[in-house]
Amino acid sequence: MTAFVELEQVTMTYGGPGIDTVPAVADASLTIKQGEFVAMVGPSGCGKSSLLKIVSGLMPADKGITRVAGEPVTRPLTMVGMAFQNATLLPWRTTLENVLLPLEVSRTHRGSFRRKKAEHLETARALLKTVGLEGYEDHAPYELSGGMQQRASLCRALIHAPDLLLLDEPFAALDAFTREELWGVLQDLWMQRKFTVILVTHDLREAVYLADRVYVVSKRPGRIVYERPIPLARPRTLESTFDQDFVDLVHKLRDHIGEVRAS
Amino acid sequence: MISKIKLAPWLATIGLFVFWEVVCRLFSVPEFILPTPSASIAAMIEYWPAIWQNAFYTFWVTMVGFALAVIFGLALGLVTGASAVVYSAIYPLLVGFNSIPKVAIVPVLVVWFGIGTIPAILTAFTISFFPIVVNVATGLATLEPELKDVLRSLGARKIDILLKVGVPRSMPYFFASLKVAVTLAFVGTVISETVAGNAGMGHLMLTASSSFRVPLVFAGLLVIAAMGVGMYVVFVLVERRFVGWAFRGGDNG
Repeated sequence: MTAFVELEQVTMTYGGPGIDTVPAVADASLTIKQGEFVAMVGPSGCGKSSLLKIVSGLMPADKGITRVAGEPVTRPLTMVGMAFQNATLLPWRTTLENVLLPLEVSRTHRGSFRRKKAEHLETARALLKTVGLEGYEDHAPYELSGGMQQRASLCRALIHAPDLLLLDEPFAALDAFTREELWGVLQDLWMQRKFTVILVTHDLREAVYLADRVYVVSKRPGRIVYERPIPLARPRTLESTFDQDFVDLVHKLRDHIGEVRAS
Repeated sequence: MISKIKLAPWLATIGLFVFWEVVCRLFSVPEFILPTPSASIAAMIEYWPAIWQNAFYTFWVTMVGFALAVIFGLALGLVTGASAVVYSAIYPLLVGFNSIPKVAIVPVLVVWFGIGTIPAILTAFTISFFPIVVNVATGLATLEPELKDVLRSLGARKIDILLKVGVPRSMPYFFASLKVAVTLAFVGTVISETVAGNAGMGHLMLTASSSFRVPLVFAGLLVIAAMGVGMYVVFVLVERRFVGWAFRGGDNG
C-alpha cells in the first residue's frame, strides 16, 4: 500500500502569513495510506479542521507540500466526501434528494446525472438502507432526528464513492448513545468500501474505536506531537471499548492530550 | 387555543373601532378633527362610486409598481448576494437611496414624466424595491460555510451552487420581503397621488380634506388599509404555498 495523503512540513495561517499572527497549522507532516482510517485528536481550536481544509484543497497552505494520490494539491479536490458537526442538509429537499445532491453538481457526474438517474436512485436507496434510513427517503430533514440527519449527511458524503472521506467532528452534536451507534455504522461502511478516512474529533474513545492510527495535535499553532497505531481487531464492538487494551490506548492518548494542554 | 389565535385579530380590530367610537362620542370630538368610525363608514357608503373608482386605480398602479419592484428586486438581489464584490459595492448606494424620502423625488418624477400614472408607479416601485433586494441578497450571502465547502469539494460550478442551493435558500427571505414590500408599495402610490396626482385615493383624500370632508378622508384611509391587509394576506398564502418547508412543519405545513 502506498501513501495516499502526504503532508510535508505544512504551515498555514488564516489570511496568509502575517507578522504577528499565530499559524493555525505549523510544520505538520503526515502520511496516510490508501484505505486507512486516521483520526486527529487535540484540544479545540488547535487547527485540526484546518488540516482537513488543507488536505481537501479548500484552503492553500503557506509552506510545505500537500499531495493526494501522488498529485500536489493546488485547488479543491473533487473526489472527496465531507461531513461536519452540522448535517447541513437542504431543508427544501427530501432525504433522498439531499443524498443525490453531489451527483447533480460534481464535476464527474453532473453531465450524466439525468441519463443515469434511475441507477443513482438505486444507489442512494441502497446506501440509505445501509445506514438504517430505509423508509425515510421521502421525509424532509426537519422530520429526522439529529442522529438520522447525520446518517443522511454521511450518505451524502459517500454517494459519489469518493476515495477520501473527511469528517470534521461529525458526531459531536449527538447524544452519547446515538454517537456510539453511528461509530458502528461508519465502521461498517468503511469495512465494506475501504475508502481513506481522516476523522477530526476530540472524543478519544471515538478515535480509538474507529481509527487505524491516531495523531495528537498540539494547541495552536497545531503541530503533530504524537502518533499512535491502534492495532485492535475489527470489527470493533461497543463491548470491546471496555477491554483492557482499548482502555489503555485511551489512557495513553489522554496523557498526551494532557501534556499538550498543559504546555 | 388555535381558535383564540384566529379570533384575536378580529377582536383587536373591532376593539380598536369601538374604542375610537367611544372616545369621539365621550369627548364630543368635532367631526372635522376626528370623525367617528361610523361616520367614516357612512361616508364610505355615500361616496362609494368615487371611492371604488379611485381605489381601483390606486390598486392597479400599486400592483404595476410592485411587480416592477419584484422583478428588479429579485434580479438585483441575486446579483448582489452572489458576489461579495457587488454586495460591498452596491450596498451603501442602496442604503443611501432608501434613506431618501420618496415624497422628495415625486416632483422630480413629475418634471420627467408629467403628472399622472407614471410617477405613481415609479414611487411605488422605488419604495418597495429595497426590502426585496436586501432580503434576497441576505438569503444568498448567509450560505453556511460548511455547505459551501461540501459543494466546492465536489467541483461544483458557481452557477450550480447558486441555482441548487443559493436561490432556493433565499426564497423564504424573498417571500417574507414581499409581504412588507406590497404594503410599502401602497404608501408610495398614495404619496405620489397626494403630491402630484389627478386620480387615485391620494388625490381623492387631498380633495376631500381641502373641503373639510374629513369623514371621507378617513373612509379613504380605511380603504387603503384594507387593501394593504388584503395583499399582505395574499402574500402570506403565497409564502406558505411556495416555501412551506421553511416553517418546519409547524401549524402552517
